[in-house]
Amino acid sequence: MLSSSARRGAAVLLSAAVLTTLSACGAAPDPKSGGADGAKNGVQPGAATSVADFGSLEALAAAAQKEGELNVIALPPDWANYGEIIKAFEAKYKIKVNSENPDASSSDEIAAVKSRKGQKRAPDVLDLGIAFARSGAAENLFAPYKVTAWDKIPAAQKDADGRWTNDYGGYVSIGCDAARITTCPQTFADLLKPEYKGKVALNGNPTKSGSAFGGVYAAALANKGSFADIQPGIDFFGQLKKSGNFIPVESTPATVEKGETPISIDWDYLNAGYADQFKGKGVDWKVAVPTDGVYAQYYSQAVNKDAPHPAAARLWLEFLYGPEGQNLWLKGYARPVLLPGMTQDGTADQAAVAKLPQVQGTPAFPASEELDKAKAILAEKWDKALS
Amino acid sequence: MSSTTDPRAADGTRRRRRGPRTWLATLPLLAFTGLCFGIPLGAMAYGAVTRTDPASGATRVTGEHLARSLQGPYLDSLIGSVQLSALTALVGGVLGVVIAQAVVTSRSAGLRSAALTASGVLANFGGVPLAFAFIATVGISGVVTRLADLTDLGWNLYSFTGLTVVYLYFLIPLMVLVIAPALDGLRPQWREAAQNSGATGRQFWRHVGLPVLAPSLLGGFVLLFGTAFAAHATAAALVGGSVPLVTLKIADALSGNVLTGQENVALALGLDMILIAGLVMAVYLPLQRRSARWLR
Repeated sequence: MLSSSARRGAAVLLSAAVLTTLSACGAAPDPKSGGADGAKNGVQPGAATSVADFGSLEALAAAAQKEGELNVIALPPDWANYGEIIKAFEAKYKIKVNSENPDASSSDEIAAVKSRKGQKRAPDVLDLGIAFARSGAAENLFAPYKVTAWDKIPAAQKDADGRWTNDYGGYVSIGCDAARITTCPQTFADLLKPEYKGKVALNGNPTKSGSAFGGVYAAALANKGSFADIQPGIDFFGQLKKSGNFIPVESTPATVEKGETPISIDWDYLNAGYADQFKGKGVDWKVAVPTDGVYAQYYSQAVNKDAPHPAAARLWLEFLYGPEGQNLWLKGYARPVLLPGMTQDGTADQAAVAKLPQVQGTPAFPASEELDKAKAILAEKWDKALS
Repeated sequence: MSSTTDPRAADGTRRRRRGPRTWLATLPLLAFTGLCFGIPLGAMAYGAVTRTDPASGATRVTGEHLARSLQGPYLDSLIGSVQLSALTALVGGVLGVVIAQAVVTSRSAGLRSAALTASGVLANFGGVPLAFAFIATVGISGVVTRLADLTDLGWNLYSFTGLTVVYLYFLIPLMVLVIAPALDGLRPQWREAAQNSGATGRQFWRHVGLPVLAPSLLGGFVLLFGTAFAAHATAAALVGGSVPLVTLKIADALSGNVLTGQENVALALGLDMILIAGLVMAVYLPLQRRSARWLR
């Protein structure tokens, strides 16, 4: 028999356990009842569309600190310097960042938003491939928010309503191990030379990986294709495969280091990162942005409409689009969206800019319909061309 | 199946009692099956035949996903998967039986336990580590490739043939594991009896050995087929999109950075896979029931 006090203790324990469970998987705080956390003018953090709704950046920071946490997803620490960005944000605002599934894909992110709607564990902010930013906005999953630097972002790189904004990106580039390759290829046309037999790789399957898709798009531009016509790019890789130059193994840091993928088509920020990473390991990694197929693509930042930490999510955006966040991306060889303006007004980290691979001209971007069409054709034709 | 049509009941000694109590004991299993297989299967089937409009959120029934999963590159991937699985299961099955027979009939207990233990380990060595082991040894700049000039001999790891070899690496040990007990079950007395009656070794295998082993062989083949059919990580790391495989297509459609709104096609492809696996099982089960009694 239990004594009555022991029984009471057990009951307390049990109810505590139930309460913890409930709050752990319970609903996010209702934005309308958030009262004290609320912003000026009666606007709640979840409805704020700019820092003005909070009154000031300090007020936003205070509201975010009250929430205390930020859920992020799909941010690999070795990708575009996200590891340092997260640490810097945590140190600056004393907000704990919960980084979930760093290697997730864009569709995993969207799935997490949908399946955890209303839960405390739902991601607050998303870093998405452009197609998913557009489809997510169409499905009404994102909260519109315009960062302080909104006006400086080119119109082609943001949603007019602020539901997504391009954050950082890069150019399709050709990485090459100069320790194994005598003359590194500089253009797509070079890749067809017989000396590169069995040496050229993409960093994934273009029907799945955004960077590999960019590689095919760039190859199309290099071969008289256009944003509306990706077929020449598919043909180009079919030709590479036939000549034996293309190897279908997906290049990763491991295959690069091993020398299995001595030439790898990838984003310039990843290739440039490899150069640092493999210095002194028998790999002399050189990066060239091919002049015949210049293609840039940016990722987009968005706030979950049902973010469990709405103020922290908005503060994260202000941090990313401030000089500090932009320069941290730059340090990871990614090109932050505000870079052109920052180079002019001198706020860009000059040393980091000097280390970026050289590119002439300004990037152009395909329209939504062109992108959709290119993808449909790629999904249909890629396997056939390569097998 | 009622007990009156059960062939095993014919001899009268193996009649089983099927009361309500035996039913009760299977309840946990049934509940587990329902929960862990039934619900995902239901969700998959539902997703495969419905479409939710992103703008309005309205869901309607449609056959377009199933239709799409059976044409173009998706159909190619299904065919590619079946071809690869059937080929590797066949080659792996034959080689596995030969190796297992050699091990079982050898007089060395040490060899036997070593071979079976190694098989147990190797049969579970798959995924990305296996792919990298092969890349490092027989990839384009692999150690063995360079030592033996394999490239000049036409070897290419990143092809259908290369993938077949990699799959056999874990399928043969699996077959050894599965078939060794059945080979043990072949009584030496049967062979002696056959020899005493003047049968040659060939005749013994043709009229006694193989018919008795048939269900286990077929069972092994089905298991190998299923393992190869469902394998994903090894192929993903090795060949990417250049050998069309249905598991790779599902991964592309389900979790990628390029194609949007393909989730339902992925579910339809999953349903196609279950149908194919079901067809293979449908061939195996009746045969297995017919002759399983010999190996008790």
